[in-house]
Amino acid sequence: MAEAIVFIIFAAVALVGAVSMVSASNPVYSAMGLLTSMFAIAVLYVVLDAHFIAAVQVIIYAGAVMTLFLFVIMLIGVDKSDAYGTQVPLQRMMTAIVAVGLFGAIALAGRAAWITGSNAFGTPGLNGTAEAIADELFGTWMVVFLSTVMLLTIAAIGTIALAYFKGAPDAEVAE
Amino acid sequence: MTITITWFLLLAAALFSIGVAGVLIRRNALVMFMSIELMLNAVNLTFVAVSNELGLIEGQVAALFVMVVAAAEVTIGLAIIVAVFRTRSSANVDELAEMKG
Amino acid sequence: MTDLLWLVIALPLFGATINLLFGKRIGEPISGWLGLGFVGLAWAIAVPATLSLVSGSAHPETIYLFSWIPAVGADIAILWDPLAALMTMIVTGIGSLIHLYSIGYMRGDERYPRYFAFLNLFIASMMMLVLAANYAMMFIGWELVGLCSYLLISFWFTKPSAAAAGKKAFIVNRIGDWGFLVALMIVFASFGTFDFGAIFASGPTVITVGTATAITLLLFVGAVGKSAQIPLYIWLPDAMEGPTPVSALIHAATMVTAGVFMIARSAVLFEMAPVTGAVVAIVGTATALLAALIAIAQTDIKKVLAYSTISQLGYMVLGVGVGAYTAGVFHLTTHAFFKALLFLGAGSVIHAMADEQDMRNMGGLAKKMPITFITMGAAWLAISGMFPFSGFWSKDEILGATFARGGGFVVLWLIGLLVALLTAFYMTRLFVMTFMGKARWSEDVHPHESPASMTIPLVVLGFFTVSAGFVNTPVRLAFEHFLETSFEGVPHIEGLSFGLFSALAGVTLVVATAGIVWGWHKYSRAELPAEDGTFWQRSRAAFGVDDFYGRTIVAPGRKASEWAAETMDTKVLDGTAHGVGSGIRGLGDVLARFQTGQVRGYAGGVAVAGVVLIVVFLVVGGGI
Repeated sequence: MAEAIVFIIFAAVALVGAVSMVSASNPVYSAMGLLTSMFAIAVLYVVLDAHFIAAVQVIIYAGAVMTLFLFVIMLIGVDKSDAYGTQVPLQRMMTAIVAVGLFGAIALAGRAAWITGSNAFGTPGLNGTAEAIADELFGTWMVVFLSTVMLLTIAAIGTIALAYFKGAPDAEVAE
Repeated sequence: MTITITWFLLLAAALFSIGVAGVLIRRNALVMFMSIELMLNAVNLTFVAVSNELGLIEGQVAALFVMVVAAAEVTIGLAIIVAVFRTRSSANVDELAEMKG
Repeated sequence: MTDLLWLVIALPLFGATINLLFGKRIGEPISGWLGLGFVGLAWAIAVPATLSLVSGSAHPETIYLFSWIPAVGADIAILWDPLAALMTMIVTGIGSLIHLYSIGYMRGDERYPRYFAFLNLFIASMMMLVLAANYAMMFIGWELVGLCSYLLISFWFTKPSAAAAGKKAFIVNRIGDWGFLVALMIVFASFGTFDFGAIFASGPTVITVGTATAITLLLFVGAVGKSAQIPLYIWLPDAMEGPTPVSALIHAATMVTAGVFMIARSAVLFEMAPVTGAVVAIVGTATALLAALIAIAQTDIKKVLAYSTISQLGYMVLGVGVGAYTAGVFHLTTHAFFKALLFLGAGSVIHAMADEQDMRNMGGLAKKMPITFITMGAAWLAISGMFPFSGFWSKDEILGATFARGGGFVVLWLIGLLVALLTAFYMTRLFVMTFMGKARWSEDVHPHESPASMTIPLVVLGFFTVSAGFVNTPVRLAFEHFLETSFEGVPHIEGLSFGLFSALAGVTLVVATAGIVWGWHKYSRAELPAEDGTFWQRSRAAFGVDDFYGRTIVAPGRKASEWAAETMDTKVLDGTAHGVGSGIRGLGDVLARFQTGQVRGYAGGVAVAGVVLIVVFLVVGGGI
């Protein structure tokens, strides 16, 4: 019962945050909306007994990624004027149709065909602590873990390389 | 009313669709990127929900990996957007139509 | 001895390869001696095997060399029987003499080694044709001699007429080869093999008369091309563009006789088809007559000899057409000797007269070139059918056999008699205009006798011209007995009684003498008779046959080829290729409109595709 209430409240919060992210004209408001959404999702993780993941969500996503986003928004500057761009007429209508269609398709697929099981919530035996995850991670999925280490390193290097990118190669274009 | 995993999955589907709508409808590169992040989050939610339903911890491990990759991707993506902005002083995606064939 | 017979084909082939690869380095006289050496060695190897066949101590055999196309039963094997031995002796013997002659004749030519390489290759191909034990191997030799004749006729290819003559020879030969090839197909379809032994043994039992007629008619088409009968004789006069020793070897003694040889080889099949025999005899006689009529008015000494070759080939074809295979082959042998002698002698005259070939500018050469004069005299008498030279015996045997067949063949005999008269006449004309009478050459020409390398072959051939007839006189048919084993299964023509033969021979002799006297009388006057009448002009122009072919066959062919080049190739084929290109480019332009460069457009496409795919998977997977 309690979980249901928590779920409803925070699901609503997530949806509101998502919608506001899509529809706000000021990019800073969009970022705020997304942040809210992420916090809500973290709570939902806790409901699902995924405590470690919830913590990581807050620390990494809400704490690092969104902060980075906000930094870049501040750096680049906000441009309210071209919030929605429409090239094709009825673009918003078609997008709505596509989005709704996608939702329907996934819902049907998710529930009707692909994910089958007990449909129960909170199967006992699921241990979402850091310890359990670490056991899996450094045991079976060691290679994948090391690959992600490499991935992060490469990303960092790439970012630094891009930082040294000085600007438009006007010299080459002018030839 | 008891919770079933279906609710979580439906919520994830809804968040995903909203993310798709955001990608298609916004012109600002940063907001597009944030919509993509939303989509990733929805996927994460699905992973964790199903891991709860099946009682397996692998779902959460997968969610962890997704987060790692998303973080790396955000880093590079934002660096690219900054670099692009430096040359064009506009974050309008529609103007990056150099691949027009 | 017969183990070494494969060398008879291999040695000249080897010689050809050496001269082709290293000829330039070997240089002038040595490459000629090398060529002569290989052919002479081949002759020497064949002699003991031939002698043992002649003496009767050896029997005909098939020598298997190696397997070529097992699927159709075509092996490379040598059939060594009297007929093959005879042809081998002729080809390698006369071939060696002509090699010797060429060493002197071609001196100074810049492609000297190449000449001997081709000559050796020709001998090797002719040997392959003659020694073949099955039709497939014979066909290889057949085609190769055609190729070699092309190479040798157009040896001086920088002269446009020589190049054109070589092309003409090859193409006209090819038309005949088509007939040969279709005949081979029918042979294989009927017998399942190409082997001579198998075919001739089972011939009468396996195929019907109709099939045999078809096969033999098509084989005869091949012979018509190769042995220059009507209507495919037109290449032989043009082939005189080649060097004179080449004319002697290829167009007098050996290659043109390949057709007659092939008919003799296939005697069993020809005996099964009397219709073909009649056709062959009629074509042979008609060719003999037409060629003799044309030879009368020719002024170029080599052209006279060319048409005379066609005429004598007509005789040989007549001989095998009436079933007298040994008579035809006998005339082949004697003709090889005296015609080669005539050509080499003509070459000697041309050489001495500094490449003058028009007989109207000769005359009175008897004193200047005695050896040539005497040997050519012997050949002249032989070809005219004078007793006791070789030509008399062989020609009379053919005419006697024709008469003996009776019925309509007597008409052919009469025409043969007329041709004998004409032959004597025009050969006398040639001889008298060249050697007798007043000298008609200009001051700066100094005729002299030819060097020994050229006169020795003349003398040797002269000896055979005189004596070769005696192997087959009616009192001692040694030649016919020798060839008997080659013609097993062929019904023997009832020999004429000695009295009848003598009577017929006497008639021929009278006719020939009349021809000689008439010719001598007409041409040994002080001034040459003007040959201006309509008959003379038409004959000189060979009755316009070449023009006729040009109008009816060559011109439409050229039109068709122009149409193919301009319309088909340029417009249709090139147009299609370009059209495909521009079509694809147009399609590309249409498809390029999808590449807007807009990221959101692409993303939208992905989203829509995702939805569609999920739905498809649901429906197909049976979830819904």
